[in-house]
Amino acid sequence: MPAPQTVIPLWRDVRVLRILAQVIFVITLVLVANWFYTNLSRNLGRTGIHVGFDFLHLTAGFRISEGISFESTDSYGYAFWVGIVNTLRVIGIGILLATILGLVAGVARLSTNWLVCKMASVYIETIRNTPLVVQLFFWYTATFLKLPNVHDSLELPGPIYLSQRGLALPVPHLTEHFSSWSYFLVAGLVLACAVYVGRRRYLQRVQRPGFPSAWALITFLGTSALGWFLLPRSPIAWEVPVLSRFNFEGGLQFTPEFAALLTGLVVYTGAFIAEIVRGGILAVSKGQKEAARALALNNLQVLRLVIFPQALRVIIPPITSQYLNLAKNSSLAVAVGYPDLFSVANTIINQSGRAIEMILFIMGSYLIMSLITSAFSNWYNRRIRLVEH
Amino acid sequence: MQNREILPPPMLRIGPLRWLKDNLFSTRYNALLTFLAVVFLYLTLHPTLEWVLWHARWDAIPANLKLFLVGIYPMKDVWRVWVCVYWILLLLGLSGGLWGRLAREAALIVGSGAILLLLLPFSWMERLWILGAVLGLFGGLSIGWLLRERKSWRKDVIILWALSPLIVVLFLGGLPNNPLLSPVGTNQWGGLMLTFMLAIVGIASSFPLGVLLALGRQSSLPVIRWISILYIEVVRGVPLITVIFMTSIMLPLFLPAQVRVDQALRAMVAFALFTSAYIAENVRGGLQAVPRGQIEAAKAVGLSGMLTTFFIVLPQALRVVIPANVGQFISLFKDTALVFVASLLDLFGMAKSILANPDWLGRDREVLLFIAFVYWLFTYFLSRMSRRLEKALGVGER
Repeated sequence: MPAPQTVIPLWRDVRVLRILAQVIFVITLVLVANWFYTNLSRNLGRTGIHVGFDFLHLTAGFRISEGISFESTDSYGYAFWVGIVNTLRVIGIGILLATILGLVAGVARLSTNWLVCKMASVYIETIRNTPLVVQLFFWYTATFLKLPNVHDSLELPGPIYLSQRGLALPVPHLTEHFSSWSYFLVAGLVLACAVYVGRRRYLQRVQRPGFPSAWALITFLGTSALGWFLLPRSPIAWEVPVLSRFNFEGGLQFTPEFAALLTGLVVYTGAFIAEIVRGGILAVSKGQKEAARALALNNLQVLRLVIFPQALRVIIPPITSQYLNLAKNSSLAVAVGYPDLFSVANTIINQSGRAIEMILFIMGSYLIMSLITSAFSNWYNRRIRLVEH
Repeated sequence: MQNREILPPPMLRIGPLRWLKDNLFSTRYNALLTFLAVVFLYLTLHPTLEWVLWHARWDAIPANLKLFLVGIYPMKDVWRVWVCVYWILLLLGLSGGLWGRLAREAALIVGSGAILLLLLPFSWMERLWILGAVLGLFGGLSIGWLLRERKSWRKDVIILWALSPLIVVLFLGGLPNNPLLSPVGTNQWGGLMLTFMLAIVGIASSFPLGVLLALGRQSSLPVIRWISILYIEVVRGVPLITVIFMTSIMLPLFLPAQVRVDQALRAMVAFALFTSAYIAENVRGGLQAVPRGQIEAAKAVGLSGMLTTFFIVLPQALRVVIPANVGQFISLFKDTALVFVASLLDLFGMAKSILANPDWLGRDREVLLFIAFVYWLFTYFLSRMSRRLEKALGVGER
């Protein structure tokens, strides 16, 4: 005979309680949100501001000196777009340079050379422990703006010119012979593929390790070099910046604002990446290195085939979060007056008074960047994850 | 055999020449590296040192020291800042005496820093104040050392630490209708003091919110979980500067018209909102580190869900995440410099406004290096302590 069914009272039934708790939570949230909303609409009504996105078509009336061309007759919406492009530009170059600097500094900190190790430590400990915005301000007002006048600018080999007006670099440009050279490039690519496949098959047959990709690279470089020398004039030439009356013309030019922001971000993020790289290399157990040495691999092979693949697995997740930090920190451009998306939006708010819409735009843009980066990093993590059998 | 003393391995005595060979010239490649490093150091250090010693005009710093430290806080009330400093130093000394090891080391480092300050050319009045700070610290240290056997004092000191932010805010902000502690609005706070206040109030107020968010993220109730996740991910996806900007512009719009919130408070709200998301992620790590057996055991003993969370899970989880949260405090301390978008005059804002003064034109390097050094001093000290704390707590060694 079954036990008599005891009816659980409603207020002690876990299922009911769970739903009740969530309903109460949602109601509280809605009430709070409603309170904020009423305040907002009352305050807006009092000050006569209205919310909407129609202002994006209005004429901006200010100029942006940096990035894709922008006239003061263009619209607010286009101004914001110019800001986004400027942000992406600094993020792209910044990530590349910060990774290189971080790798070098991280390896240097593990160096057996006492002096090199100490120099890397001093760099990392100084930079990591001071605020980025102070550093940016230092790079801008105390370094780049203190450079000599454009007429007696510093000339570095290249020629690279450094002056108050920023940085002027030579830039490669294509001459009229480039189209004939491109045939050589295509031929080189095809040849390289063939060499790669053939060499790889051969290595598999004789069961030996080797570098088929290096062979392919040499083939490609050889073919293109051949083309370069056969042509009457070189297909790529350097366009050198030339000093005209007021400023440099030609070549690649960076404003002091861009140069300061980029230097600041790269130096700051590089220090953090260096610590990650150091941690990653230290995380590979010593036995791995010793075993690899015992198998008679040389130093470079140990680093390339044993240490690095394992370190990479530890390094990649924190490094992507550093890239994300760099992207977010690029909003500090407003401190040095580089027109990135935050600083352009700031100007738009000052001119049009549309704070709410623009803040939504700013946050939305950064959120999208973050989501894309974290999606990519999740995908990459899954790919290189240690498969345990 | 058993009783034979185990001797440590023989110490190697290495002469300076041998040291040079081992560390700088062990291989040909290393020698080249050393040479390049020396050349680089000479090229960079030589002009820098020459500038620091001969060309730099450091006069802007002693002349504006009061502005750098407390901003435009009324001169007649500066003693209140000192009292707060004494209070903190006394607590630090007490903890150093009671706990020993790490706390004592921190107290001794701060104490020697204060003694070093005495050597700098301050006026005798300022020296007297600093001397008081040194005496307070070492007084606390000796009292704590005398009381070190009574364990009950430790709990009292922890409670005093927890109450300190409130006491300090009350003391600095003052009370209405009080002749001794006349009210000083936060718009008069500035300099290093404001930097510290922003960081401390920010971390103290974000901590409860962060713990709640972490619990919400681990909750089995889907609505609460999803809203916590949404909040955490959105806040972590945007730069701090935009959050400060948002609260400085929009907070008044979201509140009733009669409520007036000044800029410093808006910035603190921004720090609390922003940091809580990061704290939540740290705490989540701690929650996940608590072994399942603990929860199951608590359930078996008959504790309810609430009691399990507050008396079994959280104490263990929070202990694990102390170093991570100290790290969060350090980065918050650095990030306070971002309040320049709300035009607050913290240490960095003060430096900017001094540099904008025509009297101090062209002192950018000197002033910026000085404030960078001040930031560095505190951050480096804190991060060293946090690293030691991590070792002392044995986090990551289980």
